[in-house]
Amino acid sequence: MSFLNQKALPWVITIGFFAVWELACIVFHIDRFILPRPSEIAVEMVDKWNALLINSLQTFYTTMAGFAVAVVVGLFLGMLVGASPTVYRGLYPIMVGLNSIPKVAIVPILVIWFGIGTIPAILTAFSIAFFPIMVNVATGLATIEPELQDVLRALGASKWQILRKVGLPRAMPFFFASLKVAITLAFIGAVVAETVASDVGIGYLMMSASARFDVPLVFAGLLVIALMGVVMYEAFAMVERRVTFWATRSSQSAS
Amino acid sequence: MSKPALIAKAAPEAPRPLLAKLDRVSMQYASGTLALSETSLDLAQGEFIAIVGPSGCGKSSLLKLISGLHPAASGTVTVDGQPVTKPIDICGMAFQNSTLLPWRTTLDNVLLPLEIVAPHARQMRRNRSEYEDRARAILKIVGLEGFERKYPWELSGGMQQRASLCRALIHDPRLLLLDEPFGALDAFTREDLWEVLQQLWLDKRPTVILVTHDLREAAYLADTIYVFSPRPGRIVAQTSVDFPRPRTIDTTYRADFVDLVHTLRTKIARH
Repeated sequence: MSFLNQKALPWVITIGFFAVWELACIVFHIDRFILPRPSEIAVEMVDKWNALLINSLQTFYTTMAGFAVAVVVGLFLGMLVGASPTVYRGLYPIMVGLNSIPKVAIVPILVIWFGIGTIPAILTAFSIAFFPIMVNVATGLATIEPELQDVLRALGASKWQILRKVGLPRAMPFFFASLKVAITLAFIGAVVAETVASDVGIGYLMMSASARFDVPLVFAGLLVIALMGVVMYEAFAMVERRVTFWATRSSQSAS
Repeated sequence: MSKPALIAKAAPEAPRPLLAKLDRVSMQYASGTLALSETSLDLAQGEFIAIVGPSGCGKSSLLKLISGLHPAASGTVTVDGQPVTKPIDICGMAFQNSTLLPWRTTLDNVLLPLEIVAPHARQMRRNRSEYEDRARAILKIVGLEGFERKYPWELSGGMQQRASLCRALIHDPRLLLLDEPFGALDAFTREDLWEVLQQLWLDKRPTVILVTHDLREAAYLADTIYVFSPRPGRIVAQTSVDFPRPRTIDTTYRADFVDLVHTLRTKIARH
């Protein structure tokens, strides 16, 4: 019974959310140019499926490309920062400074360097997604129990061996937790860049739709982004459960 | 279980060759705390020594010194006639916390040292099944047969400590360093593990340094007991333990065993 509830709960809540939205629009007579009803958005999605598909594929592509670069760079910097307190101290101000810059502010610079379109979107997605990956990997590495390091060092293990046998496996739960956050951030980065400087992608679609006061299409774009985010988040959550089952063991071991 | 040849006291009078020597060694942590002061100690090959003393007396620091994990502030540490300047690679270690890797099965945890220590690391891939047999064999000695595929978090604390001992011994280290390995266990489990450790030691004869604050444990397991003073640690007494091996729980109720523990206790109280 409670198992069924657990499985059904997300669906019930989500459907309920849209139902409340639909009802609120009807009850309060909200104009479709202010807030369209979910049913109107759905009709719009069916009508404009072709444009939505083409543009969401572009957004998906730029997001995943930026995310992939973020994973590589985040892992690398995270390992560097986590393994060496010196590197950490040296890079810390620059890293925090860069992360504090609103990403929408760097898009114009990227446009000057690379022109309008795909590359600025990929780079914006990257720049927003790599930070949590780096921080989490570094944290995972920096919090290894000293006794565990002693066991390996007393066997004559090199720094690299300690990193490979203990550091990286131990950092994996941190890494996968950060991937779930990073993938949703990457969508934000890509859409922001498309909104400001692109002629393709969901962000561009929404900009041009709002210029034509096609509010249902704007909301259709929003829903598509949200849907892609949920799907990718769930995909990484599944990978996480498979790879780092040992870190969430409390749920499976009774003892 | 018992090996008749070993019941008589092993290695009678001929002095055994030295494995390690501490010569007026002091040790200081970066924080400035003086952990050990002017400590001298000879460790014969195959000897089982126990270090006892009040908590915070630098007992664990001694292990870090001998293994080369921490440098001495003054004096010299020699192992195999060579001064120790960096981590030496003849050690196996076990701690109060079993420090098993949660993402590895018990068997893979025990195999870990073989993936690192020199002659085995290169042959690991080729002779994997041979090494696995070896790990199974030692797990069987400590009573963990059938738990090879379990993860550490599926084992009880006592079982984790057994596996930890196996990991410390799988590569036949010449020097076994034990830092209160049974400190977190209940009394019955602890006494079981004394027997297990003694059996492993009789089988493989490594040189052992056991740090403990359990005086009965020291008297049950060791050939020689060193009593340390409170920080900064110094050796204030040294006692040989001559009970025949293998010792059993019954040994701990002999009058001379109880006397020995009592004497040790008074020595610790006085300093």
